[in-house]
Amino acid sequence: MSADASEAIASEAATQSGAEVLLRALRDQGVEVIFGYPGGAVLPIYDALFKQNSIRHILVRQEGGAVHAAEGYARSTGKVGVVLVTSGPGATNAVTGLVDALMDSIPIVCLTGQVPTHLIGNDAFQEADTTGITRPATKHNYLVKRADDLARVVHEAFYVARTGRPGPVVIDLPKDVVIAKARYAEPATVHRSYHPQTEPDPGQIAKAVALLKAARRPMVYAGGGVINAGPEASALLTKFVHTTGFPITNTLMGLGAFPASDPRFLGMLGMHGTYEANLAMHGCDVLLAIGARFDDRVTGRLNAFSQGSQKIHIDIDPSSVNKNVPVEVPIIADAGRALAALLAAWHADPTPVDSQALTAWWRQIDVWRAKDSLKFTQDMQPGSIIKPQYAIQRLYALTRAVKQDIFITTEVGQHQMWAAQHFRFEQPNHWMTSGGLGTMGYGLPAAMGVQIAHPDALVIDIAGEASVLMNIQEMGTLSQYKLPVKVFILNNEYMGMVRQWQELLHGGRYSESYSAALPDFVKLADAFHAKGLRAQTVDQLDEVIRAMLACDTAVIADIAVDPRENCFPMIPSGAAHNEMILGPEHEDQAAGVIDEGLVLV
Amino acid sequence: MPNSIDTTLRSATISVLVENEPGILARVVGLFSGRGYNIDSLTVAPVDAGGTRSRINIVTSGTPMVIEQIKAQLDRLVPVHRVADLSREGPHVAREMALVKVLGKGEARVEALRIAETFRARVVDTTIESFVFELTGATDKLNAFIELMRPLGLAEVSRTGVAALARGARTI
Repeated sequence: MSADASEAIASEAATQSGAEVLLRALRDQGVEVIFGYPGGAVLPIYDALFKQNSIRHILVRQEGGAVHAAEGYARSTGKVGVVLVTSGPGATNAVTGLVDALMDSIPIVCLTGQVPTHLIGNDAFQEADTTGITRPATKHNYLVKRADDLARVVHEAFYVARTGRPGPVVIDLPKDVVIAKARYAEPATVHRSYHPQTEPDPGQIAKAVALLKAARRPMVYAGGGVINAGPEASALLTKFVHTTGFPITNTLMGLGAFPASDPRFLGMLGMHGTYEANLAMHGCDVLLAIGARFDDRVTGRLNAFSQGSQKIHIDIDPSSVNKNVPVEVPIIADAGRALAALLAAWHADPTPVDSQALTAWWRQIDVWRAKDSLKFTQDMQPGSIIKPQYAIQRLYALTRAVKQDIFITTEVGQHQMWAAQHFRFEQPNHWMTSGGLGTMGYGLPAAMGVQIAHPDALVIDIAGEASVLMNIQEMGTLSQYKLPVKVFILNNEYMGMVRQWQELLHGGRYSESYSAALPDFVKLADAFHAKGLRAQTVDQLDEVIRAMLACDTAVIADIAVDPRENCFPMIPSGAAHNEMILGPEHEDQAAGVIDEGLVLV
Repeated sequence: MPNSIDTTLRSATISVLVENEPGILARVVGLFSGRGYNIDSLTVAPVDAGGTRSRINIVTSGTPMVIEQIKAQLDRLVPVHRVADLSREGPHVAREMALVKVLGKGEARVEALRIAETFRARVVDTTIESFVFELTGATDKLNAFIELMRPLGLAEVSRTGVAALARGARTI
């Protein structure tokens, strides 16, 4: 085997078509499933798919659904998700999913058809400049112009997608290239230029341990990078927290990297994070960030973010370090490798921690915790309206009895935040949500991809009625493949998060945020050969959840929830961590928060 | 500790060694426009025998944190081999070339030629009423020359942008 991908030795004469070589390369990369939708430019590939049995193709109902499904597949398995779409509109429909995967660092290889090479640039039917359009939407992309390059490019694409900070890669495939005879090439051992650093610098690890040992008010802030580093990284994170006794918070993307039931866990942080997590971030003196990128939803107002802390930042992507927040000790590494090195260095260093200061710090955290910032009031009288938080709490409670593995996906909005707050995750790769891009319509197709990867698991899309309609066509895919995904809709008849911001910040002018003319979701489920259920009052909720869980087909459970409920706690845009709105009783002060900075400690 | 961020702008000359493949320039330029960074000048050409690697020289400006970001963002592009901030990593030489067309007759024309000699600019084309000067040097020198030509009949300027190398034995 050659040491250089560009010179990968063709192992045999060209007897197979480009499409066949493509599928062989996919097989050699361990691909079992492709999510896709056929069209003119990819017909030769679909023909080759027809003639083989080792790769399964899942026919989605719109290409956007294919990418989200592949994301769900990738996030729940740690493998690369694979998508196949046609040229032109097939490719442009995939763009949202690609950017979603880019923002959330999800490994995807997306094969797009293209018009034959001699027509490229001629405005041919279903032609789009796919590599041009997807250049800023992907980690990398390729246009294959020679059939003999196919295998090499596929191997390289998988390497790029999963190496370093993972991300989506597009391979644009002109029709003549997949028809022509092509020679196969084995994967090359070394990439020409892309070699991200994964091992931490021991000097930086030593500096980090010195800071952590001396910390009086330490805080661990762990994100999706820990999950991307594999389940071992999450196990090491748990071990590190137990060894040090430090408090820990997870980002939206990091939920499950540390068990939510552990007393060291302060809940999610950020705009809708818990009071204790945000105030601990605000008040800590040493902050250890692992695989998290100081996103604006996490930091709030930057110049007020954790001002008194020295910061250690472990990230595999050097561009994530010192981007938003300057840090004292940057560590460029894989999260798992860095955690292993930190643990070893921690044990090797005999310096004791300041246990008196740590005890005082935990006492302070417990005071913040006692605020119970996720509290809400549910009227339990029969006939009472359901609070959305209560619906998720009951869903969580009733799924405890289920023996299956449980995976949760969400759409985007209030329901997503309530799910993050009230559904508790004990292990990584079981929570799939669109964090960076915030793509409404993500949850249903993502759940589909999760269910394909885990046929025997319980997969629930916690949805909003507005979001779910953005990719509702994928109910057809659920039906075709008999995927028993449960769509649990918190139906408040509003684009709830839009409505919330309009209420708090725009004088209650609910401009275009009411979901008028909603479908009857029970009938909709029926039309798609699924089971439809509805709960309208609190006394019906448990029964509907139980019926949903007992059903062995796809279900849409339409849960009518309080349309006026807002998602709290909340750090309004432009406010600092210690300027949270804790609940409805403080809502009227929200407008003032933006200008003056309301301090609610 | 307190978030003390240096907000002074500085100019940086960044050299990037890339795999010479289709779309690489679009990737680099798109990164700058997409993330709101400045490009003051940009040059690119293959620099190895087989034409497989190109060197891109970019003159940009920003706060120290932004310049670091630019380097990190460039470095994570898949076809990028090396990124170096020449203005930071020791002394360097940076040169560009300009072709400057000056129209005029009489005293102004004589004066233009005299200044051109002082700047060691070469006349590469001439007619009775025009000169095209070729001038190589640091950006400041080119700017100074062009400003002097302005009242003397400056008609058109074409500049290459900066090519740069580290001084001494260092390579990127």
